[in-house]
Formats: sequence, C-alpha cells, structure tokens
Amino acid sequence: MSAFVQYTVQGLAAGGFYALAALGLAVIFGVLGVVNFSHGACYMLGAVAAAVLLDVLHVHFWVALVVVPVLLFLVGVLMERLLIRWLLRLDPLYNFLLTFGLSLILVDVVKRRYGVSGLPYERPSGLQGQLQVGGIGLPTYSVFVCLLSLLVCGLVWLLLTRTRMGMIVRASTEDADRTRALGINVGRWVTPVFGFGIALAGLAGVMAAPFRAITADMGGNFVIILFAVVVIGGLGSILGAVVAGFLVGLVEAYGQAYAPTFAQVAIFVLMAGVVLFRPAGLFGRDETE
Amino acid sequence: MRSRKPAAVLAAAVCGSLALAGCAGGPSAAAGKLSDGKVVIGLLNDQSGVYKDLSGPNSKVAIQMAIDDYKAKYGAKAVAKTIEIVTADHQNKPDIANTKAQEMYDRQNADIILDVPTSSAALAVATVAKARKKLFIDVTAGTTALTGRSCNKYTYAWAYDTAMLAKGTGEAVVKNGGKSWSIVYPDYAFGQDMQKSFTAAVTGAGGTVQQSIATPFPNDNFATFITKAGSTTPQVVGIMAAGGDLINFVKQYNQAGMQSKAQLAVGLMFITDIHSLGVDQFAGTSFTDPWYWNLDAKNKTWADKFLAKTGTRPTFAHAGNYSAAMNYLEAVQGAGTDNADAVIKQLDGKKINDVFLRNGQIRSDHRVVHDVYLAKVKSKDQVTEPWDYEKIVATIPAADAFEPVSAACKM
Repeated sequence: MSAFVQYTVQGLAAGGFYALAALGLAVIFGVLGVVNFSHGACYMLGAVAAAVLLDVLHVHFWVALVVVPVLLFLVGVLMERLLIRWLLRLDPLYNFLLTFGLSLILVDVVKRRYGVSGLPYERPSGLQGQLQVGGIGLPTYSVFVCLLSLLVCGLVWLLLTRTRMGMIVRASTEDADRTRALGINVGRWVTPVFGFGIALAGLAGVMAAPFRAITADMGGNFVIILFAVVVIGGLGSILGAVVAGFLVGLVEAYGQAYAPTFAQVAIFVLMAGVVLFRPAGLFGRDETE
Repeated sequence: MRSRKPAAVLAAAVCGSLALAGCAGGPSAAAGKLSDGKVVIGLLNDQSGVYKDLSGPNSKVAIQMAIDDYKAKYGAKAVAKTIEIVTADHQNKPDIANTKAQEMYDRQNADIILDVPTSSAALAVATVAKARKKLFIDVTAGTTALTGRSCNKYTYAWAYDTAMLAKGTGEAVVKNGGKSWSIVYPDYAFGQDMQKSFTAAVTGAGGTVQQSIATPFPNDNFATFITKAGSTTPQVVGIMAAGGDLINFVKQYNQAGMQSKAQLAVGLMFITDIHSLGVDQFAGTSFTDPWYWNLDAKNKTWADKFLAKTGTRPTFAHAGNYSAAMNYLEAVQGAGTDNADAVIKQLDGKKINDVFLRNGQIRSDHRVVHDVYLAKVKSKDQVTEPWDYEKIVATIPAADAFEPVSAACKM
C-alpha cells in the first residue's frame, strides 16, 4: 500500500513536468495553429539557463523559478517575431519543420558551448530528503513538483477563464475569424501567447534542473512524450493537456513499477487507444463535424 | 565478351609483373620502410554525442602528445618520420563505425584505429580490422567479447572491461560490509553485461543480490525504480547506467533521500560524470577506475601538460589513448616497419610501465592487464583543486584485477 502511494506521488511528479510543458504547447497550438517542435529544446534551455545563472550569477533556485520563465518568454517573443510569424499563413507543416530545425540548432549551440556531459546543479535547500505523511515516506521534491505544477496549471486556468485577456485568447482559439469580426485585434495576442507557451516549457525546465541531468539532449526524449500527451488530451485543448499530462505520468510510474518492460510502450498504447476511439483526443472537439 | 579477353589477359600480365617487381624490391623495402612513407593513426570515436566529453576530440590531443613524445625520444633515428592523425565520428552506431573503419583502412591508409567507445561499435571495428589485417587498439569500449568470443589477432583491448569493473567494485564493497545489494541496470547489451558481472562478483565475495531491476534506455525518470530498489532495504544500491542516465539516476536517488539509507556503487564512472553532477552529489560513492590523473607525480605531470593544451583534466580514456598510441609507435620503431604482423610480434607479451599502465602486460588474448584502482568520491571539503574528486582507496594488482583468459577466445 505504502509503495502504491509512493508510485502515485512519483507518477504525479513526472506528470507535473508533462502537464506544464503540454499546457504551453496546447496554448500555442490553440491560438497560432503552430505545432511547436522546439518545445523540448525550450524545456532544455530552461534547465540550462537555471544552471548557468546559478553558476555565474549565483541566482538561487527560487529566484530562477521566476527569472528563467521571463527570459524564455523573451526568447519566445523573438522566435515568433523573427521566424514563426512569416510562415503562419502557409501550411502548418512549414512551421512544424521550422521549429524542428530550430530545435536542432538550439541543441547544437548548447552542446558547443557547454559540452555533452551536463551541468552541475546544487540541490535547493529545503527540498531534500523525505516527507513523512501518515507513516509513508514521500520524496520532498516530488511532492513539491506535484504541488507547484498543479498551482501553475490552476493559475493559468483562472487567467484564461476569469479575465478579459483569457476570454480573448479563448475566443481566438475557438474561432479566430469570428473574434476578429467582433473587433478584437487577434494578431496582437499572437506574440505574447507564443512567448507564454515557451515560458511554461522554461518553467518545467527549471523544475527539472535539480532532478534530472542537465544536458543539451534532455529535451529530445521529453518532446516525444509531450506530443503523446497533447494527442491524448486533444490538440489545442487546455484542460486536456493538463489532465493527459498527469495521466501519462501515472501510466509511466505504474508501468515502471508493475510491468517495467512495458513502461515506455504503455504510454503509446494509451495514445493509440485514445486516437482509435476518440480521434480528437479525450477533451478535443471533433473538427470534422 | 570475347573482345574483352585480351584486355583481361593483358591486365593479369601487368599485375603479375608488378607483383614480381614488388618481390624483387622486397628485401630493401622491409628494411625500415613504411607502407606509404608515413604512419597514419585513425581516431574513431564519438565526436558530438554523449561520449564526446569523456574521449571525443580531446583524444586527438592525447594522441598528438604521444607523437610528439615519440619524435622527441627518437629524433633522427625515428622509423616513423611522418605521422598523421585522421579522425571520424561514429556517432556510437555500429553501422557507421563499420563504414568509417573501412574508409580509414582503405582510403586514408590508416595503419591503426584507436579509441572506439560503445561496445557494439567496437565489435564492428574489430571485424573490419580482422578482414583488412590492420591493427585496432580499443580503449573506451567495455565489452569482454573483444577479447572473448570475438577476439582476433589484430584487435587489442587497452584499458578496461565490464568484468574488471564488477570484480573491483563488487568484491571491495562486499568486503567492507556492503553485503546485500539491489542492482539497477539499463536494459541493453552493456547494462545486461554489467548486471551479470556484478551479480557474479557480489555473490562470489559472499554477498547477496536481493533484486536486479531493468530500466528502459535511455530514461530520465528513475523515481519508481529507486523506490523499488529501496523496498528491500539493501545496504548497497548498484547502478549500471552510464553518462546522462547515470546523472539522472543519482540526482533522483539523492532527492529521494536514499543517500543516507544505502551506499551507492556505480558500475562505470568517468571523472567527467563527477564533474558534471558536482562532487557533493556523488560523495562517498565507490567505483573502480583504470587510471586517475592525480594518483601520483607521474600522472600529474602528464595531466598538467594535457590541461595546458585542452583546458580540462584528462579522463582515463584520454590517458589510455596516449598510452596505446605511444606503445604502437614504439612497436613500429622496434619492428622497423608499420606492417601489422611485424608490429603485433613486437606488442604481444610486452610488459609495459608507462603513465597509463602500471605493471601492465599484453596478454595472449590481447587484453592488456594492469593495476587498477578502487576509488571513492571525495566530499566537498576534501577537494583541494578543480577536478580533484577521487580518493584512491586501494590498488588492485594487475593479476587480480582481470578475469583469466577466456576459453571462448580462439585466434
């Protein structure tokens, strides 16, 4: 029983990374219609930025949690302004290829500058060891990741549902043309939304820094699972991305615990199953209607 | 077809006469001549991927150091007056390693190939070396098959193998009281090899392996595997992952608060791993190291030269490449030619004491045995200078460090 609770917490922690990053991916897809393949590279940039800031400027983990997403927001704005924007009118495939190429460049630039064996990161004080909850030892950091990612997802949810800005973004996601017809300048929101999506990937990266190897390649495997998450949740569905993120984390953890050989396959079997029975994903709307 | 026949006859005649001419010129050619007027050393390794830092481009610097030392030692008497290094990136893929090795031997006239990390790639190169009858000294791959069932006359293994790592670390940790083990290993050739070797070493020394846990490869989330490994409250957790996966594992192991509950033993560790994770995360971890830069003054002097050229301290792979290149050139000097069979006669059975090999000897199966070291990662306050990460706990003498010659090796 105690092992089961531990696996669940660990699954939710792994899911927290997926949920945060997938949320960014979903927001970007919703508003811009861009499948951002460079999301994994942006996650990596977040972790590398946290490590470099700590090493060079002694920026503490807690500060990095705020500073790095802001930096990544700016990176996102630049990407959108300089590159993505010019291909928006074309087939979505063009931006997919553009962001794929961009991620290759980002990875190689980091490799060139920082090598391949990774960067050190000191463990943030206060998040080490285990928490004893009802006689069950839970890794403090896993609990922290769960809670923080739930909190951020909740805040984003409030932002999108309770504010005028959120309403505009949601309206643009639903039907950009009709929103324009109502006198809203949809184009003005495109850049900040893209930046925001990248910032979320960066935040996931900072959270990964004390927990995972910080290498140029760390986003490669991550982005593949991320796409599985988004497909399971429904492309462009914000709630879907979050729920599917945690779901995939749990499937991964239970898989590793009870059927290790099938742990990695399980995620993709789940994805195939969802696509088979609900082609638009768990929370996506069927666009063929 | 008929019209081509005279041409074929003519070609055969020309070839025959050339061969005769070659024979006639034979005796003088053997007297201190090189195949194409120079010695070409091929460096085939990972120049861009996960193993770039632990050997990669800096191995070329190490080999160049060997060339410089050779020239300084023999001066005008040097048999090899012109020595070139050619490099290629095998991307850790056996198919690419195979093609690149052929290219090096056939087109670039490489007389020897060095380094080749990644076991599957090394085995591919060994096959090419055998077919081309050219030398191959492997430094960075860990498989025992190179000197076991896949051994051949032209292939040498210079630095280490999985059995040596398991014997060193497994036996020493059990002797120091770490009797019950959980082993976590990546589920592919290297990991399975390590798991078998460690299980044999631990049980052989009187310990028990409570469980062996296979993980996907590559993998970045080890949380559940760590919980599982700790569930039987072992005294030691042995991790057989390498590179980025090893760092993922150790970070999560420490985050889970396992550091205080079970001792960590690492199967294969390079000093670059400790450098990239930070010394306090690894503090107290036991592992076997074939060579350490700060072991004694001799190593340190060499490492200082390396530092001046590269800005970083050498891994055992760098020192191993230096040693392999140097001994190869010495053998060419001794043989007076770069003919592979003549060089092999010089190398076989040779006893070596150099900066990399202590009490080293090239065995009949072409495994180089030498003293290796049981190391413990220092704690942060014990570190006195950058890269000063290891405390050498014991020296394992060459005779005990390696498995005996395998019956599976038939040259």
